[in-house]
Amino acid sequence: MNQPWIDTSPKVSDEIRKTTCYMCACRCGINVHMKEGRVAYIEGNRDHPVNKGVLCAKGSAGIMQVNAPARLRAPLRRVGPRGSGEFKEISWDEALGLAREWLTPIRKSDPSKLAFFTGRDQSQSFTSFWAQAFGTPNYAAHGGFCSVNMAAAGIYTMGGAFWEFGQPDWDRAKLFMLFGVAEDHDSNPIKMGIGKLKARGARIIGVNPIRSGYNAVADEWLGITPGTDGLLILSLVHCLMEAGKIDLDYLARYTDAPLLVDDETGLFLRDDGGKTLVIDRATGHLRPFDEKGVRPDLNASHPGHRTVMQLMAERYLKPEYAPEAVADRCGIAAPRIRAVAAEIARVAFDEAITLDQAWTDFRGERHEKMTGRPVAFHAMRGISAHSNGFQTCRALHVLQILLGSVEVPGGFRFKPPYPKPATAHPKPHCKTTPDMPLDGPHLGFVHGPEDLALKADGSPARIDKAFTWENPMSAHGLMHMVISNAHAGDPYRIDTLFMYMANMSWNSSMNTGGVMKMLTDTDENGDYVIPRIIYSDAYSSEMVAYADLVLPDTTYLERHDCISLLDRPICEADAAADAIRWPVVEPDRDVRGFQTALIQLANLMELPGFVHEDGSPKWQDYADYIVNHERKPGVGPLAGFRGDGEQVGRGTPNPDQLKRYIDNGGFFVSHIPEGADFYKPWNMAYQDWAVGMGLYDAPQPYLFNLYVEPMRKFQRAAEGHGDRQPPDHLRDQIRKVMDPLPIWYAPFEDGHADPEEYPIHALTQRPMAMYHSWGSQNAWLRQIHGRNPMYVPREIWDSHGFADGDWARVSSIHGAITVPVALHAGLNGSTIWTWNAIGKRKGAWALDKDAPEATKGFLLNHLIHELQPPRGDGMRWSNSDPITGQAAWFDLRVKIEKMPAQHETDPDMGAMASPVGRGPRNLRWKVGK
Amino acid sequence: MTALPERIERKLGLVIDLDTCVGCHACVISCKGWNTENYGAPLSDMDAYGADPVGTFLNRVHSYEIQPEGGGCAQTVHFPKSCLHCEDAPCVTVCPTGASYKRAEDGIVLVNEDACIGCGLCAWACPYGAREMDQAEGVMKKCTLCVDRIYNENLEEVDRVPACVRTCPAGARHFGDLGDPDSAVSQLVAERGGFDLMPEQGTKPVNKYLPPRPKDRLTGGVATAPVLPTERRDATGFLAWLDRTLEKI
Repeated sequence: MNQPWIDTSPKVSDEIRKTTCYMCACRCGINVHMKEGRVAYIEGNRDHPVNKGVLCAKGSAGIMQVNAPARLRAPLRRVGPRGSGEFKEISWDEALGLAREWLTPIRKSDPSKLAFFTGRDQSQSFTSFWAQAFGTPNYAAHGGFCSVNMAAAGIYTMGGAFWEFGQPDWDRAKLFMLFGVAEDHDSNPIKMGIGKLKARGARIIGVNPIRSGYNAVADEWLGITPGTDGLLILSLVHCLMEAGKIDLDYLARYTDAPLLVDDETGLFLRDDGGKTLVIDRATGHLRPFDEKGVRPDLNASHPGHRTVMQLMAERYLKPEYAPEAVADRCGIAAPRIRAVAAEIARVAFDEAITLDQAWTDFRGERHEKMTGRPVAFHAMRGISAHSNGFQTCRALHVLQILLGSVEVPGGFRFKPPYPKPATAHPKPHCKTTPDMPLDGPHLGFVHGPEDLALKADGSPARIDKAFTWENPMSAHGLMHMVISNAHAGDPYRIDTLFMYMANMSWNSSMNTGGVMKMLTDTDENGDYVIPRIIYSDAYSSEMVAYADLVLPDTTYLERHDCISLLDRPICEADAAADAIRWPVVEPDRDVRGFQTALIQLANLMELPGFVHEDGSPKWQDYADYIVNHERKPGVGPLAGFRGDGEQVGRGTPNPDQLKRYIDNGGFFVSHIPEGADFYKPWNMAYQDWAVGMGLYDAPQPYLFNLYVEPMRKFQRAAEGHGDRQPPDHLRDQIRKVMDPLPIWYAPFEDGHADPEEYPIHALTQRPMAMYHSWGSQNAWLRQIHGRNPMYVPREIWDSHGFADGDWARVSSIHGAITVPVALHAGLNGSTIWTWNAIGKRKGAWALDKDAPEATKGFLLNHLIHELQPPRGDGMRWSNSDPITGQAAWFDLRVKIEKMPAQHETDPDMGAMASPVGRGPRNLRWKVGK
Repeated sequence: MTALPERIERKLGLVIDLDTCVGCHACVISCKGWNTENYGAPLSDMDAYGADPVGTFLNRVHSYEIQPEGGGCAQTVHFPKSCLHCEDAPCVTVCPTGASYKRAEDGIVLVNEDACIGCGLCAWACPYGAREMDQAEGVMKKCTLCVDRIYNENLEEVDRVPACVRTCPAGARHFGDLGDPDSAVSQLVAERGGFDLMPEQGTKPVNKYLPPRPKDRLTGGVATAPVLPTERRDATGFLAWLDRTLEKI
């Protein structure tokens, strides 16, 4: 036997540089292996709190992103018509000078003429700080077209939300139920969690019209009809209440279930100090909810009032919520719904967990043990991106709370800086003054009509109409309405649209073709209706072609960033954590990190907050800001290594802070003390720890809101109460949808598109290897997902006589596409779907014009309009959730017809010139010798 | 023709859990990254940004739909596939130059790229389609079980596993000695009914697959939760129950 000798111990790399991934929003720690100063290999960082060493396909493909031919090379000034992709490269001095020249007059006359929206931004505490300094009310990131319903419903209901602000207790849950998730922002932690559950023999129930990804490995798959999740959840609530399988002790102590609601006003009974009142079951007397020794009575009698628990019994025990009444609409058999309810009840109550861990609650009562209901839930876009999404997300949280499975062992756990009730968040601010900063943070949580972002004449203050009667609780803004509203001059015209990492002329917009027209439309003088567009991106995306000025961003391995406790940190349920990115390689092009460019622009414009009194800059670049900015004394973007390097949370700026982060692997973790890590909203040990960390200034225990009183305040306004009144055309809608207890109503599209003519629901999913990724042109990933047929269920496949290789025309009330089809049997029988954002425009992303993404790929976006169909009232009704403004992507109804096969999909939006040419023919990428 | 070693000391291989694999392709790309930079020629990508990109991968995930026997909803199985490091590896015995070989010390099947003439016979002989000809290099590429990781003294001991195993987020991939009945992987195979892929081919694959657990069993055929008495399944009945129950708390 003559085996060749091989080197089984080759040198792996010269050096490992540890930073944070940005191939999606998950923010895993990565080890970047360097050879000869170049990126040779990327793997997960074992010490990192998010991914603990593992890494997804996107993360490992980062090397193809830092080398991507689509990377922009220098600032660009448009020379051809908008949309053509014809540019000339200019210097940064010229680019920033031009931006100053455009923006300074706006700021001095009317700052609201700037609309600044930042897409997939992970630095929102910074970008909103910039926008506040500029003075425009028109700022948000992409949450409004992503999953604001999930975030807002979570925060209004329980002071926290899924993903960034909370997670299932993967180590203790025995049953995990997942709604509307194919892949998620929390991509690796969910996979790791599912692995843990499976290893322990815990069970998974997946609720999704499509049996892919996580739903494929779920023990039970409920192939629900899109838009009916809320109905299913309320039916589960019905079953659990009927069975008496709810956690009464938890409901009485920690929720608003015992609060007294005035029969006439629907508002809570309060004392003179504004504190909500309960009846003490021991004495029968009215008492403040948080008084020491009070035992709130869920079934209290008080004249003219009912408890929230009593209102819920009246509503959810009605036969209309019985499984038999909802089964047909949900597409799930009634016995199966009952069996799922029984399984939830069995695990929550028969398999309860008890930890021998004493703790003290906010009423001063000491508990010797912690009781866990080991049923955990998670949900995201699938239930969120509907016009009934907010109420559906609320219903899910109400279900969790009824089970007593929030912030207990085995259930759902918050991550710092959450829990944090809606009342502890800022309210929206919109007061503009020429040459002055805005009066406060743009985004926040409204608690009644008085908090809406309206001008004195009652018209919307913001270009996206966030925080108006059309969608009062729009906590993340409505990015999907910005271009449409700016083009229509409704509510007003703007001068400059400034965007970052937001592919609005392609997959990030509804009505893609329409948006392309709006961006290029001219007025009677031949001037663009949207006069100026500044855009920042690292890559030659479709949106680049529509900019007048392009500020080229770096890749994620060439920049500083902070993943900050001030906005969207990487905390775990038992730890506060934040992280940085740092340039593990220097850019080889004339590009700058977007945040650095913003600081340099602010310095040129001498924006308040960015410069000293003498006009000299406070910070040279983003790294300088990360270290030295203080949001309040001692509290800055990063919580670790403050002051002398040992201070946590609060401490003076430490010039060595970034070095300490780098030495620590790019992140910082501070663990929550034992005994403080459950029951956080009510646990004084946690509350005190959070104050010490700088998360709160004082303890702020609160009750969960099964009943969201601010919603009732909007209903009351619609009924005619109060000074601030909705326009008459919105009264009915507000009365109907702003119900303070969760309701289900049919998705709005059902009322516009005739269900007989358009009987099919159409959805998209992002594949795991591309979820939330800015890199679907990636040379490795595009070989996994380079095509996206329209997947059709067996029922439709057979009834239309489809065969392999067939094409179909798919039409909605708004538009039509002609695309290839494929059979997918594991699919709700009235639903079709495709992968989102595989389709590319010819000329974009440095791909060949005949790349399959450009010829066979397509977008469902062409079928979805940002507006509901005209009603003849002259109003523009947005295709959004009427509570939060969340884009209702998944309301879509279509019909499908078999068509002869085509060479290319329709519509073809034409080619754009590529500002970066096209990529190399073949790759043989080996960095080391 | 190339001979297999007479005796194999250890049978290193993978155990892949089809119940847990979510089909995320993390293993595919991690493998691509490591093996592009390490053992042998880089894994090339032809027409990388063009109409028909064709790259070399040593590990791919295929997804199949399965209609369960006896009815029920169709199920999707994500099926990662790479070289199974067979005991009776036909890709080795078919090799005319000795380039394909099976290591005596651990059973890993490797290609000596210096001796490979790119004839493709081994790919033809492999019933699993687990070998890919690199278009740029003209040599046969295949899973090495990360032979340059698992013994690599430049890596921490915990990292001396194949790249696909280290990266798998769901923990669906396990690595070890399947020739040792006491090893963790052998125990896992025994507990979970691990099986050989296409045993009828007689290749005796070392890698094993763990089957998906039974699905969709909450059909309502089993007992449901106890309920309020039928006559009181409304708000009145609920509140009466509530009062009685609160008295006991």
